[in-house]
Amino acid sequence: MSSLRRAQRLAGNRTTPVAGGRLRVRLAANAALAVIGLCFVLPLAWLLLASVDPNAGYETRWPQSPSFANFAAVLTPGLLFQPLVNSFILSAGTAVVNLAAAVLAAYPLSRYQSRFNKPFLYAILFGTSLPVTAIMVPVYGLFVQLQLLDSMPATIFFMATTTLPMAIWMTKNFMDSVPLELEEAAWMDGASGLATLRRIVLPLMRQGLGVVFIFVFIQAWGNFFVPFILLLSNSKQPASVSVFSFFGQHGAIAYGELAAFSILYSVPVLILYTVVARGSGSAFALSGAMKG
Amino acid sequence: MAVPDSLSHGSIRRRSTIQGALRRRLRLLPVVPSILLLGVFMLAPVAWSFYSSFTNVALSGKAALNPQWLGFDNYARMLTDSVFPLSVWLTVVFVAVSAILGQNALGLAIALLMTRSGGATASLVGTVVVASWILPEIVAAFAAYAYFSQDGTLNQLLGMFGVQGTNWLYAFPMATIVLANVWRGTAFSMLVYRAALSQVPRDVSEAALMDGARGWQRLAFITLPIIRGSIATNLMLITLQTLAVFTLIWVMTAGGPANASTTLPVLAYQEAFKLGDIGYGTAIASILILIGMVFGAVYVRLVRGAKS
Repeated sequence: MSSLRRAQRLAGNRTTPVAGGRLRVRLAANAALAVIGLCFVLPLAWLLLASVDPNAGYETRWPQSPSFANFAAVLTPGLLFQPLVNSFILSAGTAVVNLAAAVLAAYPLSRYQSRFNKPFLYAILFGTSLPVTAIMVPVYGLFVQLQLLDSMPATIFFMATTTLPMAIWMTKNFMDSVPLELEEAAWMDGASGLATLRRIVLPLMRQGLGVVFIFVFIQAWGNFFVPFILLLSNSKQPASVSVFSFFGQHGAIAYGELAAFSILYSVPVLILYTVVARGSGSAFALSGAMKG
Repeated sequence: MAVPDSLSHGSIRRRSTIQGALRRRLRLLPVVPSILLLGVFMLAPVAWSFYSSFTNVALSGKAALNPQWLGFDNYARMLTDSVFPLSVWLTVVFVAVSAILGQNALGLAIALLMTRSGGATASLVGTVVVASWILPEIVAAFAAYAYFSQDGTLNQLLGMFGVQGTNWLYAFPMATIVLANVWRGTAFSMLVYRAALSQVPRDVSEAALMDGARGWQRLAFITLPIIRGSIATNLMLITLQTLAVFTLIWVMTAGGPANASTTLPVLAYQEAFKLGDIGYGTAIASILILIGMVFGAVYVRLVRGAKS
């Protein structure tokens, strides 16, 4: 088999036009990729350059007197810290509620055979496809009637629910890959299902849990529409909504400060994504989300 | 003697099967929190949406306290409303051009190019594409707004070639939000297709190379049929994501000028929150939810088909 392969490779190498063609293809592919990458990076370049330009406008240009004045201007408790703390409470709260509910739900779905499993999982999958923006109008109505408007906990529970179907689906897939044998031994020793879940299954799927947590956290951190509708007081607004006021309500837009604030607000999710992508590969995270 | 014995035996067995059934039920207990959350925050709003779409419930005034039952009036109004049909059309254009055509084709193209190039270029371009996807949506929207505005980067580039630009956000609002959504969302398709292409056995494409299959034929007759499951799933998911886009459009054009970029989520928001007509707003939202349900049902069928 390997000698056949080697013979084929030799045959391929002997015909130089093929090798030359390969190189040409490679160069063309690199050139095409570079052009695409340039198109994608241009809007981001403005963000970076404007943030260090005290006289920034909408044009992309090298700052004449680069400084961190924009960053210094937004580094105040009212402008930056309070919104970021609110963002953190909302996102971490959402991720914790989400993960707790998802792990509990995934355990019986992954470990016990039941007639209930399949219909439930398909209903969950169906739930992932409901457009959240469409649900916002009725949710607002519901929150008004239940007097939950401007409540952080209620907003957290709602945001957790919107990502819950995807989280259950991912968590169940990660849990399926933890072998049953270890648990069976613990069951023999009389440990209950939930005890084995906590002591054996969860430690073994740490990485998967991390992926789900970060996945939910990033989505909640970037969510603008939900807090925009459900939270009213300024003191509860997360950064996604407060940055919008930079843009809309101050009359003349402070472009540089807007860019600086945007960067400071984006850094946490960029870091978290890098952690997931480095640790396990985004393809791994996607496979948890996509595989049936 | 024998009779009580068999009796007790039977009752023990019956009790144990009842206990077994009970235990099997109890095992499902941990699913309850999720069901409660989904029931309260997802099913109830959807049900309430369908219900209120038949009423004139409003944000304030008499109709807020005492909504009237209107029957199908809100839905009939959609047909005579000048904005709704336009909004449906703009939503179809937005989804078809930016997701199905733009994100899907570009994502596949980038993934294919990456298999041909490899190395530093591929990983650098991958990082840039993913960065615009992982950024918070409102930040991406600002960046896109700046790019397309009168003094923005696009006009600077055109200026280099001596072309006089315009304010694209006002002159071509749909084109700008379509392009912005392609820029923002292509990473998802790219990641899906990279994962799918990495599963295509090298032997298959190399064997085709031996047969002298040209690149395009190889792509059309070998590679694409192998990853058709991923293509279907990807199309489904990006359609649903694009259908729900609000923030990007809201920041860039706010649906304007003169409703020229008012897709259905923006229209539902305007009717419900700007004009205070929750009844009509939920009717539009209900239509969107129904569209989502149709796509969701197809998606579930796809996944079931792939499994069996």
